[in-house]
Parts: sequence; structure tokens; C-alpha cells
Amino acid sequence: MWRRLLTRRLLLGVLTLWLVSVVVFAATQALPGDAAVAILGKDATPDSVAALTRQLRLDEPVLAQYWHWLSGVVTGDFGISAATQESVWSLLSERVANSAFLVALAAAIAIPLSLALGVLMAIRRDRPSDHVLSTGTLVLAALPEFVIGIGLVLLFATSVFHVLPAVSLLAPGQHAWQHLDVVVLPAATLVLAVTPYISRIMRGSMVEVLQSDYVTMARLKGLPERAVIWRHAVPNALVPAIQVIALQLGWMAGGIVVVEFVFSYPGIGASLVNAVANRDLPVVQALTLLIAGVYVLVNLLADVATILVTPRLRTAGR
Amino acid sequence: MSATTAPAVEQLTAPPALRQRQWLATLLAAWRLTRTRIGIGIVLAIVGIALLGPVFAPHSPTAFVGPPNSTAVPGLPFGTDALGRDVLSRFLYGGRSVLALSVLATVLGVGLGVAIGLTAAYRRGRVDELLMRTSDVFMAFPQIVFGLLLVSVLGPKLWLLVLAVAVTHAPRVARVMRGAALEVVERDYVKAAEAVGEKGSRIVLGELLPNVTGPLLVEIGLRLTFSIGLIAALSFLGFGLQPPTADWGLMINENRLSITVQPWAVVLPVLAIGALTVGTNLITDGIARATARIDRGSEA
Repeated sequence: MWRRLLTRRLLLGVLTLWLVSVVVFAATQALPGDAAVAILGKDATPDSVAALTRQLRLDEPVLAQYWHWLSGVVTGDFGISAATQESVWSLLSERVANSAFLVALAAAIAIPLSLALGVLMAIRRDRPSDHVLSTGTLVLAALPEFVIGIGLVLLFATSVFHVLPAVSLLAPGQHAWQHLDVVVLPAATLVLAVTPYISRIMRGSMVEVLQSDYVTMARLKGLPERAVIWRHAVPNALVPAIQVIALQLGWMAGGIVVVEFVFSYPGIGASLVNAVANRDLPVVQALTLLIAGVYVLVNLLADVATILVTPRLRTAGR
Repeated sequence: MSATTAPAVEQLTAPPALRQRQWLATLLAAWRLTRTRIGIGIVLAIVGIALLGPVFAPHSPTAFVGPPNSTAVPGLPFGTDALGRDVLSRFLYGGRSVLALSVLATVLGVGLGVAIGLTAAYRRGRVDELLMRTSDVFMAFPQIVFGLLLVSVLGPKLWLLVLAVAVTHAPRVARVMRGAALEVVERDYVKAAEAVGEKGSRIVLGELLPNVTGPLLVEIGLRLTFSIGLIAALSFLGFGLQPPTADWGLMINENRLSITVQPWAVVLPVLAIGALTVGTNLITDGIARATARIDRGSEA
């Protein structure tokens, strides 16, 4: 049973990913209008338009263009940047690493932190510490990420304390993990942006579990409260949190766009903003596909994890 | 009220207690919560600044009134921006665009999402499957990324911002509304309406919609909060309103490099956007709590 569920979910993931590639391609290259003129501007010479048309294969039928693009993507060839004439992959590989590091660091801090906060709020339900944390997370959840980021810049870099760099500048060839001071504020912004959502879901789920019969049972048979909470309540409360963690990780893949722009962090988010401003379509295609791909993958993993930790689904059919 | 004059058939098809202005009861229950009142206070203050600000602005938002990035110009409490224009005047003029665009995007996005979600819940089967799988594909794009994808081809246009935000709201709203309506579809009064021979569109609008107003109000609040953030973020990235327009998002973009010497030109719009989203979120949370209470009360 769960094997069939898993297979079905995997196939659905692959299908979604393929449809995402169709949407990306359709939005960028197959729209009515001349993409070459759009990229070069109305003042472009006919020669340069013709050259770019050939480079982007715009003179071929749409399906042939799509097939060429997709087969390139599958083999890791994302084409040539229209702005710099470099291969898209060599342009982006270092930045992908920097962004992956930023997101991984933020996730590694945010997930345990927000789960712990959720458990804490649920245990202290309706007491002052719960009220303070609940209100705090409600306010924080509302704030757009650039408001949080600029707030941190004002607080820690420019206006109040002067302890951290306001912009995350790196010399070419250097990686973010070699200069941790430039990662602190962008990572903190992402942590503050996702923590409220995960901790609020964890609180709600934990409150529900703590009222359940099996928790009462565990208490009645005389288990110490620590064991009741960590052995019996938390593992069950985690199930709904897994889905929200996945949603937030997927959100982070898009959230880095604005956060990296705020800090001029050398990652794919800042690259995407530049590529959009320059209408560098091959780079835009590669990055939107990558970001959406991360989202699909993370949700797939969350569903697999949910199937594996839900006894009802795992053991059905045995 | 219409309920007293409604024909007998109408009364048969719907339980009066559920049909009568449930949304009004929800809003009234929300109004009794302190957080809702604080939220409304904040939102009214910011909307007031945005709408009435231009009346009180001492200068034109595009006039050059002093040296750039100065905080020491007499008569200008917040100094001048990166081009030497009055920060206060630009702030007072800059709120209307954010408000108008995000309200428009919310209305469009929630409207589209409700239509998709309720249709999927009512029709079930293949229509449901098709609508929801399509939604999944669009939900794979983080909202800001989908906006950038459209802007990269068509250029920064205002209708495109509204469309991008609305289109990315729709599948997310649809998912919630479908979930809420699935349970309503099974109720007897929907079956009764079908038996009487009402059209599908009338059942969706007349029977389903009035009974999912709780989640709908929450979605409106939530999507408005996100719309404000998204529209402001796209302007902040430089893909929204174009210079020399006064706009809060654009103000942050134009002055962020001189934040060390002239923080006000960034602080004022950031504070206003932050306060506005906190206000709308407090109201949304109040509505969500009121909805949960009403649901619990009706089940008891």
C-alpha cells in the first residue's frame, strides 16, 4: 500500500516538474511578440536581432525550441547568457553554492528553533510567556522579508550598533562559508521570516496532542512529564509541522530573491533580479526552473516523510 | 432583510440560522477581540496617511528642494532624499499606489481562487482533478519568482504586477476554499437545492459561498497582507512604479545605498509598510479566532 502511495507521489512530482518546465518556457520564449527585440530593446540593429534570434533558436518552431531547451536542461546545459555570452551554468554555479549555503544555514537554525518555540508555547499555554511569544510571532509573520532585512541592517549595521556588514560583498572566487560575517544578517532575516509560521503550527498541533487520550493515559500511568512530552507528544505533533516546514523551505527558495537583493549577497536571488532587469532570458529560465524544482522536491520529500511517519499509512495493507 | 420576504422554496433549501449573514456575525465576533481593534487602528492610521497625505505634503514629491541626502535642511523634518527631494512629501504621496495595487490584486486573486475552489468542490471528478493539478503546478513557483518571470518578458508594467500577484494568489485561495466547501457540498440543503432543479452556478453562489464565509474572510485578510508585501517588494526590486513617481517600495530602492547618511528616506516607508501588514494580520487573526469560536459554538 505505502509503496504504491510512494510511487504515485513520485510520478506526480515528476509530472509537476515537467509541467513547470512547460510554464517557464511558455512564459519566457513562446509568448507572442519578438523575444529578441524584447531583450535587445527597440533601438537594436536588425543584424543583432537576427544574431540573437539564431542564438535563441527563435526562428525554429516552438516545439522544436522547447525540445532543444529541455534536452539541454536535462543534461545540465542551460544555454548561453544573452547578457554576458558566457554559459549560464558557469555564470551561476558559484552563486548556486552560496545560496544553497545560505538556505541550509537558515534552515538548520530555524527548524529546531521554531519547533522548540512551538513546544514551549504549547506547554506554557495561556501563560504570559505563551502570550508574548504568540503575539511576537504573529507580528513577525506579517512583516515582508525586506522589512525584516532592512530592520536588521538599521539595527546591527548602520544606525544603532555597528557590528556587522550591511552588504555581503565577496571577492570573486571566495565563498560565503569562508566569510561567515557576511552571512549572518541574510541568514537571520530568513530565520525570522520562517520561524513564526513553523512555531505557530507546532504550537497548535502540540496543544491538540496534549489534550489527547494517549497523553492523558501516559500521565495517568505515572510517566515523568519530560517523557510524556518528548517521547509521546512531540513525535505525533511533528506530523502537521513537516508539511509546513516543507512549505517554508520552498518559500525560502523564493525568499532569497529579495533577501539577497537587500544585502547584495552573491547568490542566485540577486542574479535573478539582475537577469530580469537585463532581460537575460536563458538565465531567468534556468533560475526560475531551479527554484520551482526545489519547491517540488521539498514538497515531495515532505509527503514521503509524512507517509513514513504516519503509522496508519505505513502499515496499511500489511 | 431579504430572508423575511424570500419565497417558501428558499426557506426550505437553506437552514435560516446558517444562511443569515454569517459573515456579519463573524465580523462582529472578531470586533470584540482586542487584537482586531488594534489592527483596525493601525490600518486606519496608515490608510489615512496614504489617502490624505498628499493634502498635507509641504512640497511637490518631485521638486528638488535641497542638497541630496541631507538631514539638516531647515524646514524639512526628515531631510532630503538621494536626489534632493523632500523625504516627508515623498512619503506622504507614496502610499496610494501600494494600497490601490494590493487591494486590486487581492480582490482579483481571491475572486479567481474562490471561483476555482468552489467549482472544484461542487463538480468533483475530472474537473476537480484538472483544476487542482493545474493549481499545484502554479504553486510550485514562489509568488515573487512568478512575478519576476512575467516581468522579465513583458517589462515592469503596473497591470502586470497586479496580474502576477493575483494569479499566484488564486491557486492558494482555491485550495483552502475547496477544502472548506467539500464538507458543505454533502449537506442536505445543497441536495435539496439540486432536487428543486437549481442551476449549478446558483448553487455555488447561493448555497456554497454563504456557508464558507469564515475561511473566505480569513483568506481575504491573509492575501491582502501578502499582496502588500509582494507589491512593495516588486517595487523595491525596481520592477514596480518607475521614477520619478513617489512610491514607498521605490523610495526604499532609491535611498537604500545612502542609508548610513540619511536613514529617514528608508525608515519611513519601511515602518509604514511593516505597520500596515502587521495591522492587516492582526485583523486576520481576530477573524480566524472568531470563526473558530463560531464553529465550535454551532457544533455544541
